Amino acid sequence: MSALQLEGSPKTPFVNFDPETGLLELKGRSIPENSIDFYKPLIDWLDRYGRAPKPKTALHVQLEYFNTSSSKCILDLFKKLEGVRATGNEVTVLWHYEADDEDMLEAGEDYAGIINIPFKMIQIEEVDGN
Amino acid sequence: MLSFKGTLSPELVTALLGVIENKMEVIEPDNKVRKRVFNVLMECLQNLYHHKASSVAEDGQVENLDGSEGVVMIAKVEQGYSVLTGNFMLGAEVDRLKSHLDRINALPPDQLREFYKETLADGKYSQVGGGGLGMIDIARKSGRKLEYGFVPYDKDSAFFSLNVNVTN
Repeated sequence: MSALQLEGSPKTPFVNFDPETGLLELKGRSIPENSIDFYKPLIDWLDRYGRAPKPKTALHVQLEYFNTSSSKCILDLFKKLEGVRATGNEVTVLWHYEADDEDMLEAGEDYAGIINIPFKMIQIEEVDGN
Repeated sequence: MLSFKGTLSPELVTALLGVIENKMEVIEPDNKVRKRVFNVLMECLQNLYHHKASSVAEDGQVENLDGSEGVVMIAKVEQGYSVLTGNFMLGAEVDRLKSHLDRINALPPDQLREFYKETLADGKYSQVGGGGLGMIDIARKSGRKLEYGFVPYDKDSAFFSLNVNVTN
């Protein structure tokens, strides 16, 4: 399968899902009016990836903003990865947040409390919005 | 700082957010407050945008009443920032929205967070994906009670106004 790569835009994040390395990145802003349209290809990609995943998968989430329309779609990405983990593979979510952005840290903790995947909270200086 | 009245498009939402983001960069030193104001404004603008879309769809006919219009105002106030929005809505939906807002206003921050997590994990989607998280998120970012009002307009519609304070 091929990598999924999307440029970032003022309302949608940069995406780089690499099936060869198991490294998945979601960076920037996720504030589209209709997130379901944006996330469907990502969720479909993870569906396919889940059939023959790498032994180790790491999803880096580094969002400056995300809206509530994106919230449930992002949860769906995590649920797909939960499935990958359930079949005996190592999966980690690396949740990046700016040092003074406790709201983004809380958002990561909220997901970590719902999803059965280890989350690593990573404090950074400033989000590069791409 | 900014006021707008009219019909919102996604492009207009982006433009208004851009204006406020630039202004906040200049006047507000606290990054956390800047982000909260941006988040609240974003959710409020998208509520206005979606509300217009859904009321037309549910009617099954294109009604060209003022319901397609919304107003938004963002102001610097003594204690921080105020994001005011107003829009027409179906009268039949007033009770449901009012009880949702009352429920949110009755919860202390830790329980509001639990309510958010429950709603996030409930597996239900609204047509645009948020599934009832918008007002909860606005209240969490505000840290204050949501101030709202409903004014009956005609037999089918009412005017809804919401004031969200973000304090620093």
